[in-house]
Amino acid sequence: MTTTLVPAARRRARNSRRTAVAWLFLAPFAVVFLLYTAIPTVAALGFSLTDLRGSDLRHPLAVDFTGLDNYLRLFQDPTFLRDILNTGVFVAVGVPLTMAIGFALAVALNSGIRRLRGVFRTVFFAPVVTNVVAVALIWQYAFNAGGTVNKALAHVGLAGPNWLDDPHLAMPVVILLGVWRNFGTAMVLFLAGLQAVPEDVYEAAALDGAGRWRQLRHITLPLLLPTTLMVSVLLTVFYLQVFDEPYLLTDGGPLGSTESVSLYTYHQFGSGQLGMSSAASFVMLLLVLLVSVVQFRLLRPRT
Amino acid sequence: MTAVTASLKDTDLTATDRIALRPRSVGRPLLYGALVLCALLTLLPFFWVVSGSLRGLDEIRSDPGAWLPRHVTLDNFVRLFRTEGFGRFLANSVLVALMVVIGNVVAASAAGYALAKLEFTGKRLAFGAVMAAMMVPFTTVFVTQFVITVDMGLADTLTGIALPGVALPLSVFIMRQYAQSVPDELLEAARIDGAGEFRIFFRIFLPLAGPAVATITIMSFLNSWNNFIWPLIVAQSTASYTLPVGLAATSQAAQHVTDYGLVLAGAIVVMLPVLVLFLFLQRYFVQGIAGSGMR
Repeated sequence: MTTTLVPAARRRARNSRRTAVAWLFLAPFAVVFLLYTAIPTVAALGFSLTDLRGSDLRHPLAVDFTGLDNYLRLFQDPTFLRDILNTGVFVAVGVPLTMAIGFALAVALNSGIRRLRGVFRTVFFAPVVTNVVAVALIWQYAFNAGGTVNKALAHVGLAGPNWLDDPHLAMPVVILLGVWRNFGTAMVLFLAGLQAVPEDVYEAAALDGAGRWRQLRHITLPLLLPTTLMVSVLLTVFYLQVFDEPYLLTDGGPLGSTESVSLYTYHQFGSGQLGMSSAASFVMLLLVLLVSVVQFRLLRPRT
Repeated sequence: MTAVTASLKDTDLTATDRIALRPRSVGRPLLYGALVLCALLTLLPFFWVVSGSLRGLDEIRSDPGAWLPRHVTLDNFVRLFRTEGFGRFLANSVLVALMVVIGNVVAASAAGYALAKLEFTGKRLAFGAVMAAMMVPFTTVFVTQFVITVDMGLADTLTGIALPGVALPLSVFIMRQYAQSVPDELLEAARIDGAGEFRIFFRIFLPLAGPAVATITIMSFLNSWNNFIWPLIVAQSTASYTLPVGLAATSQAAQHVTDYGLVLAGAIVVMLPVLVLFLFLQRYFVQGIAGSGMR
């Protein structure tokens, strides 16, 4: 029958058939995406505007709409403000430290190391794939009062503290775990960036008598700026959401000194305060979006 | 993505290599020394776990922080596998990972193909949704994800634990990038021969997509195997604990008796499969992680 159709109509028919086929391809992903990302995000916004409790879940439509109350309470809650500060510390210390180590190793591996290069890369990347629960347990074992770290300190005559029970020392240990788990990612991304730098640039510079340091400062660093921005945004988003490390090592303690915003959300959820939990989680979403917007601004190719 | 993939080969000799091969690079022993030191520091936790897991219960009690075992024993591993539920946790982790990997490969390769190679209404919207999904923090969605899981009757089930991992947006993105590198002429020729889209997908695209499928397989396996917080929320009884959740619970119980031997043996069992896979399939692990930076 197609022969009787006018061309435009035929095109439209072909178009809708094509669209139907394409959406069939997308269907498995789309269904799970709707269920587990799209709907939950919208629902989280909805929840955050109510006083929903865990016990209300059977009849969620009966809960009270409280508008921005949760958000106002959130920013008057000293616990939440402290957790924002803690998360800020994770980002402010974790990101530069992770980047510096990752960058230094990438430059080292990219400058004349050929023997054992693959071995080094494997070693430095291994923490990235290691299970966080397992490592957290190793960390606890090592940083215990009578643990391996203190044993080593005793050898040089230092009395080691009980790291994870000390409100001042717990955070550095938790951050250390985060850095150990992430510097390999930074290294790999920097390595990729370094290897994309055209070879003749270095050769020309070397002919002109530029030494290693000058090459690093005047060629590598400027050309690596996009990579650096990307890595910093990636890590910022990661440390903003930090959960596993503080949860497993200290559960936010001692005295809340390592509680992050994600952990706050989780603790609110655990105590049945779903409205408050959702509001806190939405603050997290806004923070992540903010960082991502900044990323797009900074990474947009300049014309 | 392709640039990254190409540049991660071991054999690449960059300009800096060549310059460094000249006599001026006197700092080389220093460089090697520093790298070896860094490598040892990185490996320290692995050393602790192996050394600790090989020590007997009495040794760990009397001197928890010793660096080396006085008597090497596999007793902890024996006790671990006798611990109630441990075999179950292991089996659960394997089953969940299997569901996640299969679901993810099916969903992501089909979606990636459609986004790269098919023209249709709503394409931009669909791609935008995939990109946006990568930015939504887990913290934001886990409460409602949990409510939905409960509503579907999937709380405390392995399916409930596995399901969200199926739609990993990064996998879709990687498949799409890969599909774009497949020449249109190839697909066009098949279309002219009268092949339908599904036939083209299965017969032409999938066989070509081996490396991309390998990458997303590894990536989704890694995500599933190492995932902690979601299984922790969904699993309510020990019957549906995955290995990390079971290990965390075991360790909480074991810490009252300072049974670190048991805990460290458990840590090894959780870590080992991934580390072994990693040694052999490094390239795909690295591609997956590097892909996460390429968004």
